[in-house]
Amino acid sequence: MPIVGVLALQGDVREHVTTLERLNVKVLKVRTPEQLDDVDGLIVPGGESTTIAHLLNTSGIRPVLQTRLDEGFKVLGTCAGLILLSDVVLDGRADQWSFKKLDVSVRRNGYGRQIASFESPVDVLGVGEVPGVFIRAPKIEHVGDNVEVLATLDHGDGAHPVLVRQDNVWGCSFHPELTSETRVHQLFTDAL
Amino acid sequence: MSSSTNPSVVGSPLVKRGLADMLRGGVIMDVVNPEQAKIAEDAGAVSVMALERVPSDIRRDGGVARMSDPEMIQEIQASVTIPVMAKARIGHIAEAQILQALDVDYIDESEVLTPADEENHIDKWAFTVPFVCGATNLGEALRRIGEGACLIRSKGEAGTGNVVEAVRHLRTINAQIRRLASADPSELYTLAKELQSPLPLVQEVAATGKLPVPMFCAGGISTPADASLVMQLGAEAVFVGSGIFKSDDPVRMARAIVEATTHFEDPGVVAKVSTGLGAAMRGLENSTLEVRLAERGW
Repeated sequence: MPIVGVLALQGDVREHVTTLERLNVKVLKVRTPEQLDDVDGLIVPGGESTTIAHLLNTSGIRPVLQTRLDEGFKVLGTCAGLILLSDVVLDGRADQWSFKKLDVSVRRNGYGRQIASFESPVDVLGVGEVPGVFIRAPKIEHVGDNVEVLATLDHGDGAHPVLVRQDNVWGCSFHPELTSETRVHQLFTDAL
Repeated sequence: MSSSTNPSVVGSPLVKRGLADMLRGGVIMDVVNPEQAKIAEDAGAVSVMALERVPSDIRRDGGVARMSDPEMIQEIQASVTIPVMAKARIGHIAEAQILQALDVDYIDESEVLTPADEENHIDKWAFTVPFVCGATNLGEALRRIGEGACLIRSKGEAGTGNVVEAVRHLRTINAQIRRLASADPSELYTLAKELQSPLPLVQEVAATGKLPVPMFCAGGISTPADASLVMQLGAEAVFVGSGIFKSDDPVRMARAIVEATTHFEDPGVVAKVSTGLGAAMRGLENSTLEVRLAERGW
């Protein structure tokens, strides 16, 4: 049985843990660099990307996770997690950094502030329709040739990718963990 | 794969409380200008509360405390990338409408401001933007949720730097939740009456053993140890008002409280970040207070 870590520095950690526990995997909350040795894959949850980025530095997790990612360690990021994994972050802080493991450009709060946050069904390749919850969501504005687009959504300004994969890294601009849906997480755990 | 084009829904309960879920494990800091907002964001705050005076100054100055000037809120929105909250007076529908028009991310219907209506709170279901409200006990929390609040913060006693009321309110809410969870279903009708709360919400709490929305903590938190304490008592995130910018070294205090909130279960980390911080804000003993803010709202 694979052991899946959930980065537990800040954000909706509990919802990811609950979703994973429905999928017959063992779950471990990760708050230290050492704990990365004990997991087969990691979920970077939704939350505030600036806060999680700050705590990745102060906890010492950042360099260890970067090395693991470069070696092929499997990571799924939702919302803030997507931002932290992307090559290019638009509308971020001047000192915004990311792991640069997804050849995409994301715009922070690209779908607007909270008042524009929305629910919309999303059609996921090989899975079918899943509920999509977009909270101050990042918008994927460009994807490179190496990136597999698993779902797109047209929210009134043309279709934009909302679930992508490049090799060992998955990024999702919505929150499958906020609903009873498990199939997006299963795409990840099946690959572990 | 076809591109999804289904009509979308804004302002649903899931979307409103979803932002509260994203703030969990974080610190929301009161700020009065863009410079403080930047310090808060740099320190790792998940959100800032834009207001003209922090609660300790409101307490000192007296007079009527109202919603902040929209210009000041907009300057803060322009200066940070994290969500910006702002306060409306209890029952002041028009202030809340203005804050929604300004695109704030969360409205705090707050006892820290002078109430505008002494009988009714705002009908929060009528808004697209989500609301946070304070509570001193479970009945108050469920009444606010019944009115549409998507996030509850225990009130504590704002502007005192004294954590005792925050602890009292958290412990009270948790004890009352445990009482409901252990009650026989036939007792819930009377318990709902005693709590003066909507029966369906009382039944939901009895069945799940927790509030239907996230519960954060506010009012009197002024050290990393305070943050760890309230997190250990079940708070899911921390509001810090006067505690940061009334301390000797706000930059270090802000960073330390963020670290202590994340690593609240690790005394080694809390000890490390508490070391050499300088003085916390000067606190007020409860028995000396002329105004008890927590008694506002009902």
